[in-house]
Amino acid sequence: MRVMAQMSMIMNLDKCIGCHTCSVTCKQAWTNRSGVEYVWFNNVETRPGVGYPRGYEDQDKWGGGWVRTKRGRIKLRSGGRLAKLARIFSNPNLPGIHDYYEPWTYDYDMLINAPRTAQTPVARPKSLLTGEDMKISWSANWDDDLGGSLETMQQDPILAKMSEEVKAEFEKAFMFYLPRICEHCLNPSCVASCPSGAMYKRAEDGIVLVDQDQCRGWRMCVSGCPYKKVYFNHRTGKAEKCTFCYPRIEVGLPTVCSETCVGRLRYLGIVLYDADRVAEAASVEDDTALLQAQRDIILDPNDPAVIEAARAGDIPEDWIEAAQRSPIWKLMQYEVALPLHPEYRTMPMVWYIPPLSPVVDVVTGSGNDGEDARTLFAAIDKLRIPIGYLAELFTAGDVAPVDAALRRLAAMRSYMRGINLDDERDERIANAVGMSGAEIEEMYRLLAIAKYEERYVIPSAHTEQAHALEEMACSLDFEGGPGMGGAGPFGSSSGQSVPVAVENFHMLQNRQTADRPSSPGRVNLLNWDGNGTPDGLFPPSTMGDVRPTGKRKDDKDKG
Amino acid sequence: MTALQIVLWVAVPYAAIAVFIVGHIWRYRYDKFGWTTRSSQTYENRLLRWGSPMFHIGILMVIAGHVVGLLIPREWLYAIGITEGIYHLGATGLGSFAAALTLAGLAILVYRRRTVGPVFLATTVMDKVMYVFLAVTLGFGTLATVFYQLLGPGFHYRETISPWIRSILIFQPDVALMAEVPLLFQLHVLSAFALFALWPFTRLVHVFSAPVGYLFRPYIVYRSRDAVRGARKPRRGWDPVQQPNPQRLHGL
Ligand code: HEM
Ligand code: SF4
Ligand code: SF4
Repeated sequence: MRVMAQMSMIMNLDKCIGCHTCSVTCKQAWTNRSGVEYVWFNNVETRPGVGYPRGYEDQDKWGGGWVRTKRGRIKLRSGGRLAKLARIFSNPNLPGIHDYYEPWTYDYDMLINAPRTAQTPVARPKSLLTGEDMKISWSANWDDDLGGSLETMQQDPILAKMSEEVKAEFEKAFMFYLPRICEHCLNPSCVASCPSGAMYKRAEDGIVLVDQDQCRGWRMCVSGCPYKKVYFNHRTGKAEKCTFCYPRIEVGLPTVCSETCVGRLRYLGIVLYDADRVAEAASVEDDTALLQAQRDIILDPNDPAVIEAARAGDIPEDWIEAAQRSPIWKLMQYEVALPLHPEYRTMPMVWYIPPLSPVVDVVTGSGNDGEDARTLFAAIDKLRIPIGYLAELFTAGDVAPVDAALRRLAAMRSYMRGINLDDERDERIANAVGMSGAEIEEMYRLLAIAKYEERYVIPSAHTEQAHALEEMACSLDFEGGPGMGGAGPFGSSSGQSVPVAVENFHMLQNRQTADRPSSPGRVNLLNWDGNGTPDGLFPPSTMGDVRPTGKRKDDKDKG
Repeated sequence: MTALQIVLWVAVPYAAIAVFIVGHIWRYRYDKFGWTTRSSQTYENRLLRWGSPMFHIGILMVIAGHVVGLLIPREWLYAIGITEGIYHLGATGLGSFAAALTLAGLAILVYRRRTVGPVFLATTVMDKVMYVFLAVTLGFGTLATVFYQLLGPGFHYRETISPWIRSILIFQPDVALMAEVPLLFQLHVLSAFALFALWPFTRLVHVFSAPVGYLFRPYIVYRSRDAVRGARKPRRGWDPVQQPNPQRLHGL
């Protein structure tokens, strides 16, 4: 047994209202630069729907993740090492930018600078790839709230697996939101696909990162990830991905997407797992057995043998304690959380509590009591369509675990109603789903009350290791140096690397001027964060050019 | 031996080699982040799917051919039974095929760079300069082969250019060897050295990162946070904060 710690997340889908705040704040924090305009480390897709990038779940087309060979081992679906190198000059599985969407801005300045005409001036969309006018016909979220989905729905790879009758029925049946980030997998196929070894899983907390200095732009990780959560920065020529906000996690803060989630539906914590058994668990024969296999390699942090082994593996004492308090471990214990697409065999570590709301909606919609345990149980048994769909997402098609999770959520609903209305604790409801009333109340506390300190149990990185934190190794001697975004001598962002904090600082400043404006000398308002007055925001001043904030290009010339 | 000859066949090659070596070291230290293929496949794949493999397979064959033709003395090849005749057949046959493949690939790539909007916009000045020198070098090389080896009587570069390049590499330059070489070959050599001098400052640096190590490493890479740090050494006087050593405190 080799115990390792993994930082993980669980999202409670019932609470997601599809507001995209997580996506927007993540974008502001990490991908508000040119080259990654089209990149959403966090995206929220409406299901049923095609997702982002379009139809990414169709692995016959994209070749992501692992498959089991006849000999019972796993291999990369798009081919092993030799096959990867043979196809390195042009990667046949790489999504083009149009599979995500063509990024654009608007020529806003036309609104105020257009010559006087009979018509009201409009801000036309301009492609950020070519600078030309473009027709916006797709985006990261085109079928939001099932918008226009009658046209695109048939491209949903999950629906495609289900029967015709289901396809015809779905629209009446249900809809929910699925926020997605990188899964920080235990068996990451992106890492396995990287020819230069630039991608790695951090030994301390399992966060999967790209070493920007070692990435050589072979772009195999992009196609290797079945969730399409590694992106190619088309300006710098390097791969980028969700960082699990490691600079925040290292100091004990939740990720940006979790912290800003208005529904407070994200849980963060560490789990301990047996690294020696990952490959074995990922190669079990049946796709539907993968969920149990993954549950099995996650270790009980209260088991003395596990604690012993964790100590032997240099896991600090407070990390072990954090694993014991971890909301992730608890929710996995209640068996209400399920991984996304376990059949990709990457052992994903961002799990989901499936939504009960489609069921409740149907029950209440038909005039019945949506909080009555027996009605709900009956509805779960009867509503095969949403359950089947959820099973395709979370359990490789096996409805039993989804059923079980939903029944527990339903039981919690009516058990707690009993307490609230009749002040009665009906143990029978709890027992019907194999729990005790006390357990249900605990689960309720975690899921419904969801206190900040209970949602996020993040042990900070260690003080004795503090000097090693990437953020602490910086000094501010980078001013004016190369590598600060914008174009270096060898293309975008070439030059020496800078620590993230310094880089971000300069990025903020640079971004206001560096993006290609919709027309020369104008600022791209979409990328302006509201601070400072970058060049081009206002017409040239006639009053001399003293500005309190915002660095002007010509400052430099004046020395 | 004129002054011009010494400049062309001693000074220029050594200068180019020096720039090549020092340039790569400098670029690697200064610009690890810019060391990439700068792939443009996300923009366009229809042309690249043909152009890039054709060009790369062609150029790798060409490079292999040059190693055999230039660096390996022909006596060694004789020793393992590769006679002049066999060599000539192989070199001209395979060489022409490789050249055709490379040039066709290059043509597709350059056409693509120019005509596909996003690719053109992402093309840097160094890309353009690189393509000019690459095309010129390949062009002279192909012309020389066509005129002398295919159509002409055959020029024995293994008696002149090859020993000369080896004499450069062992620091005993023999200028006289290059004096009588036909102009096309001379231009091919000179443009190649110009390309070498440009090499470290272009995207061609990606050649030195060819990921052979991938064949031998385990699939999943783990790294410790500690090992990750220090992409860049802190300046003197900016040493990172260290935890005080309690042992030393007690010793006071
Ligand atoms: C040794 C193994 C090599 C590998 C694995 C390799 C790989 C690559 C890759 C992945 C690209 C990016 C293609 C794309 O997606 O846009 C590329 C581009 C390029 N490579 Fe190589 N390369 C190698 C050797 C060479 C050599 C020897 C040369 C020439 C002397 C060369 C010249 C180029 C050029 C000019 C491009 C730019 C193509 C374009 O987009 O216009 N490569 N290479
Ligand atoms: S989800 Fe994340 S860790 Fe898993 S394969 Fe994709 S990028 Fe890698
Ligand atoms: S963890 Fe951080 S980087 Fe990843 S999706 Fe959330 S906000 Fe973005």
